[in-house]
Amino acid sequence: MLQYILRRLGFILLTVLLASIIIFAATQLLPGDVAQMILGRWATEEALANLRDELGLNRPIYIQYLDWMRGVISGNWGKSVTTGVWIQPLVMQRLRNSAMLAGLSLVFYVPLGVFLGVIAALKRDQLGDELISAVSMAFVGLPEFVTGLLLIAFFALALDLLPANSSIEPGADFLEALPQLILPAITVSLTSLGYISRMTRSSTIDVLKTDYVRAADLKGLPRAQVLVKHVLRNALLPTVTVVAMGIGWLIGGLIVTESVFGYPGLGRLLVFGIQRHDMPLIQASSMLIVAIYGVSNLLADVLYAVLNPRIRLG
Amino acid sequence: MDRPNPNNSDTPVLEISNLNISYAIETGYLDAVRNVSLRIGQGESYGLVGESGSGKTTLARGVVRYLPSNGHIRGGRIVLNGTNLFDLSEAEMRHVWGAKIGMVHQSPSTSVNPAIVVGEQIAEVARMHLGMPKAEAWRKALEMLIQVGMPDPEAVAKRYAHQLSGGMLQRVLIATTLTTNPQLLIMDEPTTDLDVTTEAVILDLIQELMRQYHSAVLYITHNLGVVARICDRVGVMYAGELMEEGPIREVFKQALHPYTLGLLGCVPRIDAGKHEIELHTIPGYIPRLDELPEGCVFAPRCAVAEEKCRRERPPLIEVAPGHLTACWKWADLQRPPSALVSQRQAIPRVVAPDEEAPLLEATDVKKYFRAFGREIPFLSGRRTSVVRAVDDISIGVRKGFTLGIVGESGCGKTTLARCICGLEEPTAGEIRLEGQKLSPMVTKRPRSMLKNLQMVFQNPDASLNPQHTVAGIVGRPLLLLSGVRKGEIVERVIELLRSVHLPESYLNRLPHELSGGEKQRVAIARAFAVDPMLMVCDEPISSLDVSVQASLMNLLVELQRSKGAAYLFISHDLAAVRYISDWIAVVYLGRLWEVGSAKDVFAPPYHPYTEALLSAIPIPDPDVRQERIRLKGSVPSAVNIPTGCRFHTRCPRKIGPICETEEPPWQYSGPNHRIRCHIPLDTLSELQKTVLESSK
Repeated sequence: MLQYILRRLGFILLTVLLASIIIFAATQLLPGDVAQMILGRWATEEALANLRDELGLNRPIYIQYLDWMRGVISGNWGKSVTTGVWIQPLVMQRLRNSAMLAGLSLVFYVPLGVFLGVIAALKRDQLGDELISAVSMAFVGLPEFVTGLLLIAFFALALDLLPANSSIEPGADFLEALPQLILPAITVSLTSLGYISRMTRSSTIDVLKTDYVRAADLKGLPRAQVLVKHVLRNALLPTVTVVAMGIGWLIGGLIVTESVFGYPGLGRLLVFGIQRHDMPLIQASSMLIVAIYGVSNLLADVLYAVLNPRIRLG
Repeated sequence: MDRPNPNNSDTPVLEISNLNISYAIETGYLDAVRNVSLRIGQGESYGLVGESGSGKTTLARGVVRYLPSNGHIRGGRIVLNGTNLFDLSEAEMRHVWGAKIGMVHQSPSTSVNPAIVVGEQIAEVARMHLGMPKAEAWRKALEMLIQVGMPDPEAVAKRYAHQLSGGMLQRVLIATTLTTNPQLLIMDEPTTDLDVTTEAVILDLIQELMRQYHSAVLYITHNLGVVARICDRVGVMYAGELMEEGPIREVFKQALHPYTLGLLGCVPRIDAGKHEIELHTIPGYIPRLDELPEGCVFAPRCAVAEEKCRRERPPLIEVAPGHLTACWKWADLQRPPSALVSQRQAIPRVVAPDEEAPLLEATDVKKYFRAFGREIPFLSGRRTSVVRAVDDISIGVRKGFTLGIVGESGCGKTTLARCICGLEEPTAGEIRLEGQKLSPMVTKRPRSMLKNLQMVFQNPDASLNPQHTVAGIVGRPLLLLSGVRKGEIVERVIELLRSVHLPESYLNRLPHELSGGEKQRVAIARAFAVDPMLMVCDEPISSLDVSVQASLMNLLVELQRSKGAAYLFISHDLAAVRYISDWIAVVYLGRLWEVGSAKDVFAPPYHPYTEALLSAIPIPDPDVRQERIRLKGSVPSAVNIPTGCRFHTRCPRKIGPICETEEPPWQYSGPNHRIRCHIPLDTLSELQKTVLESSK
């Protein structure tokens, strides 16, 4: 078990390392020039050269990479070149915002998705199943900006129940931010609900067909006990891993939803950086997102191992 | 073994009358079980036998009203100790399940929940039906594990399914079922998935427990040998109907239905080989449920059917006390017509001159696999351990002869076959065909060699390309290896199909349109397409019904005679190996322990392992008293092979420390028979008895 986790951890570190190289290379290849961005279009060649020198942009590429990596690891992520703000506190604050949104979304869609998936499996090929599948797949298909705007139109503009704009105060805590979190969280949930319910449905159907569930039924256990103890324990295994792996996306990948609601999350920070060619900002936020993806994958692996005695006990 | 006296005249525990079960399909109903009536008394075990598609499992699931959602009970009554089960609601049935009817299923490894420790899976039954509190239920679980002879029950109770062997899991399931001491026990092929040695141990246990618990037992199996060993009465099912029923001895000794006679004739006998008898076969296939014949359902395949049989369905009538049969011609069967029994034959044995070099010579073959060890000390990284699957085996196969290889699963037989065929690269050793050294990998062997060595696999579903027609499958080796011209291929394929008794009309069929037996015939035709000198058959008949097995074995024997090919025949079914082989090699943990002519290997002296294998064969004759030689536990892992004689950890005849420390020597009991054991052959001969001690 420990060995398994260490091995997974090793893989993830390797992934993050590879990603760092790709991120660094990609930011080098982006069109445009940092010095030019900072000094503006009418800067003289000399001024540009001086600034490049100052920023260390003339050094060999691998030195720049190593230098950057040293900074990343030691927590010195530098200043944003376009706004002059220290990057680390900014990114961390955005990370916190993203985590709040991700947490609320998980609370919304995981229990509901599991519930709907189990119902669909039990009512397989009946009206309930078809309905759940049709509705949840429809939401998976709808882009977030459509569902988001529909929600805003309905709950914010027509009913005036919740704010349309979610640009929370920097440093707002969860309870303060809650009213502004609800609509984006619902938007995210509607998109993800379908995956969770389909996943749960198909694994529940598989488990319902197994010999051990038949054996449990024929022991005369109450149906509810068979379902919870014998079916769900096995059927939720794939769902749990999918949920855990989804955390990376929830924190770093909600660019569209954050933009629709004006929510200051990590995704939007990355977009901001890209629009302004703010290399240090892009590098820092994408490295953080990669790391979160890695951690959520590790979490998925660990959960899978903990819940599955075949791996836990070898 | 004495059987408890069944008492039928009293109220039976289970009474099924005129049961009809159908499956709803788009176009209507398929009647899977039709008008079946039977009763089982207290302490009686009733065996229900039949081939796949006979409806026996549907019947069992109908009895507990646990059918798939499209299964419907369309008539009849099932009365359990005076209660008509059809009057109960589903909620009420849950009080019958587990409490009054216990069920044990075929595959133990999938019938135990992988995520819950096995002790809890027994204890939950005690809590549910016996109302025990948690601690008491756990104690009950341990007690039940002791009941079923589980070694170290306290530790086992805390383990998960993947940590236990198939035999142990089946013990767990039996323990679960017996916790409530149910009135009726239904066992659906409980030993089919187990190795023959484990099967024997579990059958002993079931027998012992049946005596002890005295419940009524409905025992479902396709294996006539198991029925003969376990049951008091037997019912033979075919295509959803009961064909014959009666006390076990009477049905086995004086069967009065052509189907029963046919089934009994299909089973290879362990006292006669292919040179002595030809196996009886039942022509044709079980009818589809939507194309049931008008008269007797068996008439289309029956050798003695006449006009009336095809017109009118015979009723199940009592022809002797307790003996029922559904045949118009039962009276003629009291003296079985020759068309219904295996024919003795005397085919002169061709004895190969000793000096002739073997066709296939495998010398000192070893195949080690690397396995990533699991119980690894902290942070030591990946330590690899070595699985010695085949560890120094030398065999030879002569032209036109069959070498049978037997052993439990995991003993290395398949790996050896794969090494010979070049599908695995041996770690060491040499393989020669006709004296010519073969490259270890099949991809590097010249075409002429590929042509000479063909293989038939166990599972034709996996070895036939589902996208190719029969013509394509059989024609491909012709095109690739024989250089037959395109225009002539179809003609050759038709010829080959004819030689495996398949009609020309099968040319354009796809594998999924064929039955299991037909698929295996296609696989055999493909192997024979290039006239191989040696055919390696890895469990070619194991997944098939007995009647199909018999016809395939006959086919293999026939093809061997006409084409002169040699076979390397691998199987865990000793009776089949005995029938088809001239020579037999016994493998255990990657090594040979006994080699000899089929006749010699099946007569004392045996290697103690061979003796245990033979003693475990379920023989379809209720009068046979076999020596009870049972092996403890299961085959040790090929990673940690025991020292000295590899068999000493399970050997019932172990003589002392020498077995643990020294590798036993080969001893020769004749020019054609050798045994690797520390016990002198004379002593073995004195200790051991022939397999069929009191048969005939």
